[in-house]
Amino acid sequence: METKNKAVLDSRVPKGSLEDKWENHKFSMNLVNPNNKRKFDVIVVGTGLAGASAAASLGELGYKVKAFTFHDSPRRAHSIAAQGGINAAKNYKNDGDSVYRLFYDTIKGGDYRSREANVHRLAEVSTNIIDQATAQGVPFAREYGGLLDNRSFGGAQVSRTFYARGQTGQQLLLGAYSAMMRQVAAGSVELHTRAELLDVVTKDGQACGIVTRDLLSGEVIPHSAHAVVLATGGYGNVYFLSTNAMMSNVTAAWRAHRRGAFFANPCYTQIHPTCIPASDDFQSKLTLMSESLRNDGRIWVPEAFDDSRPAHEIPENERDYYLENRYPAFGNLVPRDVASRNAKNVVDQGHGVGPLKNGVYLDFSAAVERDGQDAISAKYGNLFDMYESITGENPYEVPMRIYPAIHYTMGGVWVDYNLMTTIPGLYAIGEANFSDHGANRLGASALMQGLADGYFVLPYTIGDGLADQLGNPAVSTDDPVFTNAVSAIEDETAKWLSINGTRSVDYFHRELGRLVWDHIGMSRNKEGLEKAVSEIRALKEEFYSDVRVLGSADTLNLSLEKAGRVSDFFELAELMAHDALEREESCGGHFREEHQTPEGEAQRDDDNFAHVAAWEWNGKDSLQTRHVEKLDFENVTLTQRSYK
Amino acid sequence: MSEIITVNLKIWRQEGPEKSGYFENYTQKITTEASFLEMIDLLNEDLNNQGLEPISIESDCREGICGTCGVMINGQAHGPRKATTTCQLHMREFSDGDEIVIEPFRAISFPVIRDLVVDRSPFDQIIESGGYISVNTGAASDANLIPVPKEAADQAFDAAACIGCGACVAACPNSAAQLFTSAKLAHMASLPQGQPERWKRTEMMVGTMEEFFGSCTNHGECHEACPKEINLDFIAFMNRDYMKAKVKNRALSGQR
Repeated sequence: METKNKAVLDSRVPKGSLEDKWENHKFSMNLVNPNNKRKFDVIVVGTGLAGASAAASLGELGYKVKAFTFHDSPRRAHSIAAQGGINAAKNYKNDGDSVYRLFYDTIKGGDYRSREANVHRLAEVSTNIIDQATAQGVPFAREYGGLLDNRSFGGAQVSRTFYARGQTGQQLLLGAYSAMMRQVAAGSVELHTRAELLDVVTKDGQACGIVTRDLLSGEVIPHSAHAVVLATGGYGNVYFLSTNAMMSNVTAAWRAHRRGAFFANPCYTQIHPTCIPASDDFQSKLTLMSESLRNDGRIWVPEAFDDSRPAHEIPENERDYYLENRYPAFGNLVPRDVASRNAKNVVDQGHGVGPLKNGVYLDFSAAVERDGQDAISAKYGNLFDMYESITGENPYEVPMRIYPAIHYTMGGVWVDYNLMTTIPGLYAIGEANFSDHGANRLGASALMQGLADGYFVLPYTIGDGLADQLGNPAVSTDDPVFTNAVSAIEDETAKWLSINGTRSVDYFHRELGRLVWDHIGMSRNKEGLEKAVSEIRALKEEFYSDVRVLGSADTLNLSLEKAGRVSDFFELAELMAHDALEREESCGGHFREEHQTPEGEAQRDDDNFAHVAAWEWNGKDSLQTRHVEKLDFENVTLTQRSYK
Repeated sequence: MSEIITVNLKIWRQEGPEKSGYFENYTQKITTEASFLEMIDLLNEDLNNQGLEPISIESDCREGICGTCGVMINGQAHGPRKATTTCQLHMREFSDGDEIVIEPFRAISFPVIRDLVVDRSPFDQIIESGGYISVNTGAASDANLIPVPKEAADQAFDAAACIGCGACVAACPNSAAQLFTSAKLAHMASLPQGQPERWKRTEMMVGTMEEFFGSCTNHGECHEACPKEINLDFIAFMNRDYMKAKVKNRALSGQR
């Protein structure tokens, strides 16, 4: 594979000291005056935390916004399922938190693979998010004095996580959704539901619109604008079994990639340590139990191999509290990647629990004894109920069983400091971009990043790009760039219906997921990754010749929608394998077995890999080009992460 | 422990909004560990393999929070288990040989799109008409400036837990949307931040609700069907606020 180091990737990080960069940048950016904002059309694709907050904020500023969701309502976006909380450097607990500490924890938690300037900005605006959400009526948990409550989360030694029981994502999304609906009522946001992005359109190298398919009528429709914002989430569903929603997909980001947006660090995927283990072969998705449970639950496995005794019959001295033992300082609150790999190790060694021996215990008996069942129920009631409804077991009485599952993807569309992709006029925000979490995301930071991008970063930076376009009308949708894109999508849709093979789309998705999990999952090695490339290609060929999609293109057709998404997953999966192969080091969620310390911890190679790898599409059957953005660390010293 | 059961399904099929629908019978073998929707997934896989069009049914998060899923199962919205969405229902609730009738949510304001998929967009229109607190991005003061009694915050949360699935409307003999609307109103009216627009919001949202939905006659079926167990008291709260709003909005505009 060819690696290019030429300066095609300009991160446009502003000059100045870390603390001043964002302030200086806000001052030096071009502004669009209030009367001119209404002359600009902005398309926002996706209405999760990032998309809804961006659409609302841009609408309030006076831009003419078109917001798109493929759901029946903007409120369904998968941000809604985030349970645990949102970080902010408020220091309400007086425990020594600060913007710098949140910045530092995030850089360190990301295993030194993110951009300092972006992360510092994220920490700076984190406090505004809490203010904004509270003003919108988000019912955060409060103390008896009426002030906001906090809890601690993995990877941090301060309590900076704001939460709304176990439904923080839901409440924040409803806040952003209602802010956006207010702009819909005001006429500044035009909302398109059940509309799926199938292409990004560019003219003379500049993004000028998108092509969507109306999921009810099947009509393929062009939309033009001066800027396009992708807020379309992550690609965890490439694994088939993940904690993502059934419809979550990479299609919008991937189609932008095929039009020239570089795709960065696809091998950085996060495994969440606390999910409910699979119970059978045709399981459709995995359910996450919030990481906040690790505050009060103790993780252990039986010391004996293949121990089939029920948990309560295993005496204290025959239990291995492996996280508390190995990492006394952080204990059960080590970052996600560390917790996940340790769980995999003990299960692989034969200490797994549950009927399929595929889990570890998360035990609340000590917490219930200490604080009482009522206190535990007030904190985690809905999570315990959810666990019981899925497994039929009562976690107040028997320990939960948990196991890691794919949960979040740090990789994504490459963006500069302005959140603009390598296609001018095309932006990516929230999980869809690659920016702030490096090789591993800390708990309660996804909500923070999505809302930071949407409320407090993009609304400023988008003006910088638009100011130059003043006076230019949006490209007409009669332009050949649009009509060609529309007919290409119509052809693609017709192609799926004409294959008429023997297997369902889901069959291929499940098989692909198995390959990706086995070889590009929690730990990777050269041999497995090379095998993955060839097997993914073979399965992809089979998919294109043997998939069976029934029905027609001009009605609601769920299999047809999915066929396009799965075909994009195939291309992405292959790139993930290449990216993982090229990154000859272990960092965060990317664990290469060849690169570990004698104690089995991830071994980084800062001399050769302290960089972002961003891939350039070269056509359907060509290998992609790997570009490098070097990461400069001027403020933190790179150390081996230690949570001992 | 898990066992394999066979269930007899009677499922509503309807090709489009203007087409007439009918019940189709299917038999499905399934382990009791599976979820209800995984049972439908398997059936759809079988249908696809036989060259028959799969049944259209919506779901997304499959953990009971997004509100996308929702069908009538044996006449009950989201099925027999209390406080459970369709996606959280598991086959251990059923026995070998059971007949399961599956229909789309039944309400005139939720027209069928295809098979088990309905259009619930009137909910978004209710929110659009006032279900927000008007605060522009950047205009907020420090979050701890206004203390909120824990009880008020908790009540606001209880109301805000609504997932907008529409089971309340589907379960109601009048297809009324009082539970949905009152939950949003009570969420905001419980908090100090929601006070400035409280009366206008109440009038607007109730007005929009009445454009689309039937009237409430206090059957309480909505609460029984609600997967988040939203309290019926919120409806009384809304009615009280609506009456007050009629007076207060006049007073606020200077017409005493």
